Amino acid sequence: MPRRVVVTGLGVISAIGLNAADFWHALQGGCSGIAPLKAADRSLLRFSNGAEVRNYVPAQHFDEKELGLLDRFAQFGVIAAREAIAAAGVEWTGELRERTAIVTGSCVGGQNTQDDGFVNLYRNNIPRVNPFTIPRTMENAAASRISLETGVVGPTYTVSTACSSSNHAIGQAFWMVRSGAAELAITGGSEAVFSLGFLKAWEAMRVVSPDTCRPFSKDRRGLILGEGGAMLVLEPLDAARARGASILGEIVGFGMSSDAFHITQPSPDGAARAMRAALYDAQLEPAQIGYINAHGTATIANDAAETAAIRKVFVEHADRLAVSSTKSMHGHTLGAAGAIEAAATILALRNGILPPTANFTGSDPACDLDVIPNIARAAVVEFALSNSFAFGGLNAVLAFRRFETLPSQ
Amino acid sequence: MSHEELTARVRSIIAATQQLPQERISADSTFEELGIDSLDGINILFAVESEFNINIPDEAAQSLRSVRDVIDGIAKLLDSGQGNQATASA
Repeated sequence: MPRRVVVTGLGVISAIGLNAADFWHALQGGCSGIAPLKAADRSLLRFSNGAEVRNYVPAQHFDEKELGLLDRFAQFGVIAAREAIAAAGVEWTGELRERTAIVTGSCVGGQNTQDDGFVNLYRNNIPRVNPFTIPRTMENAAASRISLETGVVGPTYTVSTACSSSNHAIGQAFWMVRSGAAELAITGGSEAVFSLGFLKAWEAMRVVSPDTCRPFSKDRRGLILGEGGAMLVLEPLDAARARGASILGEIVGFGMSSDAFHITQPSPDGAARAMRAALYDAQLEPAQIGYINAHGTATIANDAAETAAIRKVFVEHADRLAVSSTKSMHGHTLGAAGAIEAAATILALRNGILPPTANFTGSDPACDLDVIPNIARAAVVEFALSNSFAFGGLNAVLAFRRFETLPSQ
Repeated sequence: MSHEELTARVRSIIAATQQLPQERISADSTFEELGIDSLDGINILFAVESEFNINIPDEAAQSLRSVRDVIDGIAKLLDSGQGNQATASA
């Protein structure tokens, strides 16, 4: 009998809240964190809005020496991990440190640092690049820093699969705890996307909205980039109960697939295979799912393909499911998306409130699902999926369960 | 720039980016006939923007379905003052 894996800690830093409580407050209020960009010169861009982490003061979290070694993306990962570990009340022992895994996701790592260094080199004719550029830029910078801070010496690594990175990371961590390969896991992802070079690259893809992010809406015009991070603490149910930890939710399944179709266009078949794989891993029937936190990027292609995929998997039950894209509020955080949306899904199940799809203006026949337009909905749901589909055709889906705490516990 | 010259330059850009013989490409060719998908399309527009020193808005880009659409779109942007001449005089 495989072990049940529960979430005992959760941390978030995002455009709609610098901690999990504020994040959840904004989500249930349908508050969007999308606003005019401050990090880059908007006159050099065709789009002008993003979901930036505002009012974040790095010096409140790190001393100067630490900041010298941490790109913004890694800072977000470390801050979310600290919150998650504190919430879980983890009490470290030498043995637990050896049996703990850290698995993080990031799509582009410290590209802010790289951009700054290369501007100096190529434009400012400064022939030297900061010696910390490599440790700041590496995608595993957050995972390594979390390991250094906690003293965790078990399996620690980072997964980079574009927009599916942190769903792949959480899925790996979940399987490690379920199988007994780890006794505890710190897992999630982080991303910091707002450098001019990277924004120009997204501009060239022609998928960024000139106004806001309107997933599944008839007048959606593309995605809105976001930054942030989220981390979870996972452990076996028995261990969590034995130490009297408060249990926020349960991960029950993980599924992956590759489209083998096109490097950027989504395939409903690939997405459907990943959702089916997650259901199979969780030993669930499609009709048991009550909510899907959609990939829902608000590009023309994704939302129609995702709707088609959901219809393939759920058939008539697709009309009884609630689906929302919280990217309408925290933006598309690329390699952090799965982690931030896992946090949203766990909190939704726990609180009995499904977050809405914000900025929704009207139905598109190609996206004819119940997308919880604009206003959160009270609903007690037992099982939910959270979808991540990446450029490159790599799909990762997590299945969650509401954790019922008995009055005696 | 004459319409013929514009057409020739656009055919040449598409031939180069798509690795197609120029004679397969006419003003009447649709992207579908030429096997140009959405990613190829943005790559062609990138080459066109560089060649003519223009900025093609995303909304205009989404409606392009044929070589003629591209030529007409460029002509419109050049007429509106964008492009090489404006840069040269700047």
